[in-house]
Order: sequence, then C-alpha cells, then structure tokens
Amino acid sequence: MVNSNIVARTGNEAMAEAMRQINPDVVAAYPITPATEVVQIFASYVADGLVDTEFVPVESEHSAMSACIGSAAAGGRTMTGTSSQGLALMAEMLYIAAGLRLPIVLADVNRALSSPINIHCDHSDTMMVKESGWVQIFSENCQEAYDNMLQAIRIAETAKIPVVVTTDGFIISHGMERMEMLSDADVKKFVGEYKPENYLLNLEKPITIGALDLTDYYFEHKRQQIEAIRNSKKVILDVAKDFAAKTGRSYGLFEQYKMDGAEIAVIAMGSTAGTAKVVVNALRKKGVKAGLIKPRVFRPFPKEELADALAGLKAVAVMDRSDSMNAHEGPLCVEIKAALFDKGVSKTVLNYVYGLGGREIKLEDIEFVFGELADAAKGKPVSRVSYLGVRE
Amino acid sequence: MKEMTEIRWHGRGGQGAKTAALLLADAALASGKYIQAFPEYGPERMGAPVTSFDRISSGPISLHSGVINPDVVIVLDPTLMDSVDVTEGMSSGGTLLVNIERSPEEVKKIFNIPAEVRICTVDASKISKETIGREIPNTPMLGALVKATGILDFKDMIEDMKKKLEKKFKSKPEVVEGNLKAIERAYKEVKS
Repeated sequence: MVNSNIVARTGNEAMAEAMRQINPDVVAAYPITPATEVVQIFASYVADGLVDTEFVPVESEHSAMSACIGSAAAGGRTMTGTSSQGLALMAEMLYIAAGLRLPIVLADVNRALSSPINIHCDHSDTMMVKESGWVQIFSENCQEAYDNMLQAIRIAETAKIPVVVTTDGFIISHGMERMEMLSDADVKKFVGEYKPENYLLNLEKPITIGALDLTDYYFEHKRQQIEAIRNSKKVILDVAKDFAAKTGRSYGLFEQYKMDGAEIAVIAMGSTAGTAKVVVNALRKKGVKAGLIKPRVFRPFPKEELADALAGLKAVAVMDRSDSMNAHEGPLCVEIKAALFDKGVSKTVLNYVYGLGGREIKLEDIEFVFGELADAAKGKPVSRVSYLGVRE
Repeated sequence: MKEMTEIRWHGRGGQGAKTAALLLADAALASGKYIQAFPEYGPERMGAPVTSFDRISSGPISLHSGVINPDVVIVLDPTLMDSVDVTEGMSSGGTLLVNIERSPEEVKKIFNIPAEVRICTVDASKISKETIGREIPNTPMLGALVKATGILDFKDMIEDMKKKLEKKFKSKPEVVEGNLKAIERAYKEVKS
C-alpha cells in the first residue's frame, strides 16, 4: 500500500495533478471551456519547472491532436485535454491516433455540442467519437478522474490504444471535492518508464508510420485494431487490479452498487451515478430492491459482463446524457439492448434521455425513474423512451 | 448537527463568493470533514448576482445535483436582497447570515424574512476595511459563519487559515495578520 494525502481539488485540478505526476514528454493543447484549466494548470507546472514536459501551445484542437500524434509516433509519452467542440475538431485525428496504435491519453471534460451553443455538461461530445477506436473511461467524481488518469497511461501504453478519460463539465470539472492523492514517487513507480516497441526516432529499427493501405491490407490492419480493443478489456482490469493493490481503491469495467438481490436498477454514467446512489440508499431503506450500475468503461463496451449483471432484474432504466439522433433512443441504451439480445434475455428496458446542455438532474428525477421502473416491473405500461426534465 | 450541511453563498461577481465557498471547504476538509464546493455557472459579470455552494458532511458525499434546500445562506452584499429572494428554498430552521451594519431584527423587518429563518448579521465590509485595508467581506464572513452555526471548531479553523495564508502570502505578513484579525473580529461581532 502507498501513502496518500487527503486534499481538496476540483476535477480539472485533479486531472492536471495526475498529468504533473505522470510527467509526460509532450503535451500539446488548445484551451476550451470547461477543460481550459486542465492544460492551463499543467502549463503553469511546465513554467515552474515541476515537469520536464515539452508543452506545445497550438492554434487549434485539430493541431493539438496532430502534434500529439507526431510526438507519440516519435516515441514520446503524450497527453492532452479538451472538451466539446474541441473534441469534435479533433475527430479526424482521433481516428488516426487510434489507427496508428499510438498510446495518447486525453482528458475530456464532457460538454454539450453546438448547435445551439452551450458550455454545460452532457455526454454528446464523447459519444460523438465512440467509434474512433479510443478506450473511453467515465469518472463519477474528482477522485475517479484522478485515479482514471493514472490508470489510463498504463492502459494506453500496454494495449497500444489511445485512452480518453472524461469528467462531467462544471459538475466535476469545477466542483471541489475531498480526494486522496498518491505521492509523486508512488505515481512514478506505478506508471513506470515508457518504452515504446516501435517508434520513428529509433534509428536502429527504422519504420514507416501512416503508409497508404488500400484494398490489399487495410482490412487486416483494421481487424487487428478491433482485436486490440477487445483485448484491452483485460489490460484495463489488470491495471485496475494493480492500482487497487497499491491504493485500496477498486475499479472494474463498471460498478455494481447495491445490486445484491436487486429487482430493478438504473444504469447511469458519470456524476449522475453518484446522485443515483443517494436515491438507491433511500429506496433500500424503504425495502425497495433497487440497485445501480455505473459503466466506467464505455469503450470497449463490457457487453457480456453487463448482460450477466442485468440478467436477474425485472426491469432496467438506462439513463443517457446524450441522444443518438437515430429516432429511437440514446447510445448507452442501444448498447445495453444489444447486449441483452445476444444473451438471449428479454427484459423491460426503459430509456431516459436527460441533462442535455447541463439541465439539472435532481434526486426527484431519479426517484421518478425508479417509480416508473417499479410500475414497469409490475407490468404496467410505461413509455419506453422518455425525456427527463424537458418542457414539452 | 445534521450529517450533511448545505450552504449557499450570495454575492456579486468579483466579491469572492466562489473563493469563500472554496476556502470554507478547504477549512472543513482540514478538520476531517468530507466536502464539496462549487459555483453556479451562468452569465457571470462583475457586479451581477452570483451564487456558490458548499456541502459539508461527516461521511462521503456522492450527491452531484445542485443545492436546492440550503441549511445556511450567506449574503455578502445586502443590496442583492432587494432583487434576489435569498431565502428561497431554505430549510425550516435554517440560518441566514448577512453582511450588513443592521441588527437581525431590522433585517427581518426590512426584507420581510419568514419567521422560521434564524437571522445573524455582521458588518463584514467595515471589519475588512479596518483590518485588511479594503472591502473584501468573504474572509471575515467565515468567522461569523463558524460562530453562527458551529459548523467547525473556531480554533482549528483559524489555525488552518493561518497556515494557508502564510503559505500564499509569504512576503506579505501584514495581509496574513489582517485576514486573521478580520475572521476573529467577525467571530466576536456577529449578532443573532
């Protein structure tokens, strides 16, 4: 076990501290609300000589990710941070980073996408790039933001897949909470030294990166990438196991909260899962067999594991903080239903799209969801898709 | 005391409502509490009404929605009270702490505060001018808050503040002294 300090930090400070302790070779970034502080605070560490990082202040997020790709291809440990429109502008380069198997770590502060323009939290930015080939890890609070960043660098470098760690904009990014920080020395030991297997600056073993790959080999390379994403599940769990051994804080692909004997459960990601825990506690006191599942890792999607966890329930409510614009439901719900279908489980699955553009999600909202779930479990007709807290 | 106390700060952009919430949370953390501190993000401008929040608890806090029913409301600028209902959502028996030169009885009458709200007043603006040399009421309000609610141990709080201020203002001992004096005076002078 390692020693840890109890501190008060906002989500952005927590992520910047993790980056300081990781001490990457290169950070290339462009500021955007509400993620600006992550790289702004990190830039002050660079200016103060607390890290050895080469900080590249670029002119756009597209350039930020391009510079990160260059750095990672050269063999450098590379990190960045962004949000919303910034992630959208990076999208082209995110696919390239993943296809080139470059282990970049990106701190994304979840924020709604334009239009209409909005600076507050929802998950539409992260969901927009869910097919980009990055591992996606959601954080409930400041502690998880910090812990996930430390684990992300190990996951990325072991699986040779870039990793995005997210927090909820303003709710976590600008909310100060009690958290435990590892010592600099312990983080250094945990993340280890990065020794890339193949890299451009290795003159002993010259390689080509980013070559044209047409009908002859493109498919094989993509197939390998798909396999790597599949295998990254084990890497994520291995890193989590080592992290738990050192810190006592356990992480999995998802968290099961009061799921023992649960008959109904809500599935929610990010900060809302914390609020849902308060509701679950109150319901359990009243004798309602309620539980919560909090997906931590959205990519790779823990399909079999989630289907197993849900198998015994009477009804499930999936809370989506974004919509798929597929004319039926949110992205998390689509995945959950596919997982259950392949498991051969037919179950009542309700979908609640909520919190778009930072719309407040209150305890009463989650109580309402559990109320409808209880009705659905009894066979009463309940709308399959609802928009929680919207005026219409 | 309840397991968790929820606090709302009212101020005007630039008056330090956010900083006060962060300072309080930091002080509470130092005394072993679990904390949250967060501002409300809107179109904040210098002088416009703003709010910030604290949650202080003896156990971990997983709640991530806004503070709707605060146990304590602190008003840094009484001129807000003409246009903002600072008692909105206050839990019954809650405490309203106002930076104003008037007495709790006068505040109750002038602003028509409901009977179930406990009112405390302190002239933190005057105190800060006399001790720190300029009008920054947020630090003295921390002293008044501790007296009015007993949310933290005063001695612990002042020692923790001293440590933090000395670290932040290494080359300005007069700033440290002024702030500590302001907190102590507000602690003594708050009326309920």
